[in-house]
Amino acid sequence: MSFFNRGGLMAALAGALALSAGSVAHAADISGAGATFPYPIYAKWADAYKKETGNGLNYQSIGSGGGIKQIKAKTVTFGASDMPLKPEELKEAGLTQFPTVMGGVVPVVNLEGIAPGQITLDGPTLAKIFLGEITSWDDAAIKALNPDVKLPSDAIAVVHRSDGSGTTFIYSNYLAQVSPDWKAKVGTNTSLEWPTGIGAKGNEGVAANVAQTAGSIGYVEYAYAKQNKLTFIKLVNAEGEAVEPTAEAFQAAAGGVDWTKAEDFYVILTNEPGAKSWPIAGATFILVYKKPDDAAATGEALKFFDWAYKNGDAMATDLAYVPLPDDLVTLIEASWAKNVLGADGKPVLAAK
Amino acid sequence: MSLAMARPDEAARSAAVRRFALADGLFRGLTRAAALLVLVILGGVVVSLVEGSWQALSTFGLGFLATETWNPVTEKFGALAPIYGTLVTAAIAMVIAVPLGIGIAIFLTELCPRPLRRPIGIAVELLAGIPSIIYGIWGLFVFAPFLQRHIQPAIIAATKGIPGLGQLFAGPPYGIGMLTAALILAIMVLPFIASITRDVFETVPAMLKESAFGIGCTTWEVISKVVLPYTRVGVVGGVMLGLGRALGETMAVTFVIGNAHRIAPSLFAPGTTISATIANEFTEAVGDVYTSSLIALGLVLFVITFIVLAAARSMLLRLERRAGG
Repeated sequence: MSFFNRGGLMAALAGALALSAGSVAHAADISGAGATFPYPIYAKWADAYKKETGNGLNYQSIGSGGGIKQIKAKTVTFGASDMPLKPEELKEAGLTQFPTVMGGVVPVVNLEGIAPGQITLDGPTLAKIFLGEITSWDDAAIKALNPDVKLPSDAIAVVHRSDGSGTTFIYSNYLAQVSPDWKAKVGTNTSLEWPTGIGAKGNEGVAANVAQTAGSIGYVEYAYAKQNKLTFIKLVNAEGEAVEPTAEAFQAAAGGVDWTKAEDFYVILTNEPGAKSWPIAGATFILVYKKPDDAAATGEALKFFDWAYKNGDAMATDLAYVPLPDDLVTLIEASWAKNVLGADGKPVLAAK
Repeated sequence: MSLAMARPDEAARSAAVRRFALADGLFRGLTRAAALLVLVILGGVVVSLVEGSWQALSTFGLGFLATETWNPVTEKFGALAPIYGTLVTAAIAMVIAVPLGIGIAIFLTELCPRPLRRPIGIAVELLAGIPSIIYGIWGLFVFAPFLQRHIQPAIIAATKGIPGLGQLFAGPPYGIGMLTAALILAIMVLPFIASITRDVFETVPAMLKESAFGIGCTTWEVISKVVLPYTRVGVVGGVMLGLGRALGETMAVTFVIGNAHRIAPSLFAPGTTISATIANEFTEAVGDVYTSSLIALGLVLFVITFIVLAAARSMLLRLERRAGG
């Protein structure tokens, strides 16, 4: 039964994307599958790319785990994942990965009379809430961080993802860094054994549940928080500063990383140094084969991302994603020329 | 009658008989193949479920059925929480839906004024045709907030401190949770039970009912002593169809149950069911043990459904024997 549901869902998503891109099935369509987090920006890029070049993108946003499975099964040209694969795992599968855009994960709350950014939490307190140790909004730990806010005595309703998700991976990675308790009891993964709370499917499910459950706290990708006008909170970052989730704060988090040292771009942007850094940020990744069976198709896919790096920054900013810094893009394109090769040993994306 | 005359007649007859026998044989073969096909498919489902769940079952053994842990990080999986959620939500749904459904059917066949019968009957059937996702969305956006704001706080306050009930209805009022899922399920299976029961009630011969009325039975006596005994097989069939839907329902439950792998004493607490867990986690299940555990959950649901149907059959048999004896 679930197989049929899944197939139907994927077909529907693929159909929706094909329609939104205004295309009929096209021989040169690039096929990819994976993370839901970057789906809005990939769809927008695909739309603009199609208008410019006539080549469409068929992207199924089935989730990071699904993306990894599909690329390993070679049913798509590229897989997309919010969780970077470890260098060993990439080597084993003959894959290489590169980031496309960055974004942030934002805790959101639903409290009567509380405006966005009015409440501040720090990492350990946030971890305790999600561990079920702090159960009421007027807890001393929350009061201490918000001396000027009149906090209600409502019970805290924790909302988390019920499906496996890269958003959960980034979020739990942050909690594990700031709370030894979290690291020991729960850990980091795309899906977890949650000690408390209710599960909802997808960013939109969490957003919907938070929006209509009084006293709730959840975490969503920044774009969803923005679109649904949810009440985000301020977080105390590694330098002890309370920051609001903004594009600048996400960029600041990426700014401090030395990407040349990161093998296969394996970097998770949580709890990064910098007074202005938002502590829960992450890049989303694309997986392709180093020696693809269909070099032409992979070349087309890389051409699309090359185009997106050059022309897609404004579109990404519009949707509350953070474009990659230029020097990182240079590194990525250098890694393509070195790693992604056709049968003839030449790079699949011809240098211009 | 001469032999010479009879022969060509006989030949034509036996030709016709052979033709009929061939057609009959062909037809018998076809129907038998269709019946066997069902068995083959059923067997195929069982085999692939067992094969797929083998890794999980051999890793965790029978403990799989008795463990509450469901931890994708350490890859320790147990099915107890989803099994509990499936059985409890389905049981509550049936407790609500069966009396209501039979009540609706009795009203429609025995007590309802004629002009109202068709509109109410059609409305009940329309309810059965609503896709489950609609119930899910309605449950999440309309029903759950209503429960959270108006019903749950009152129940929590009223039962606080009462032993048993206090734990059963302990807060906080999330709106979504086990009870909300059970109520949505009750609404979903109600039209099945009501419309099937109504149809079988209509098969009761008027003469039987009139005779009963004729000897001075009250309406209640006619329904409980004549209509229900006459139609019990059909009624149980309708109830089982409803129960089957309640056990296997996926989307509507996923929306409102809270998807938490925990067994809580409170009905207001979030829980999960087998089908909701599979639907939620299958796409992102990375790792063989995880995937295998989800398939094992499917196998468990299959077995539960099988046991329920077998129990219903044996109950019917016993009823029949008692009525016959």
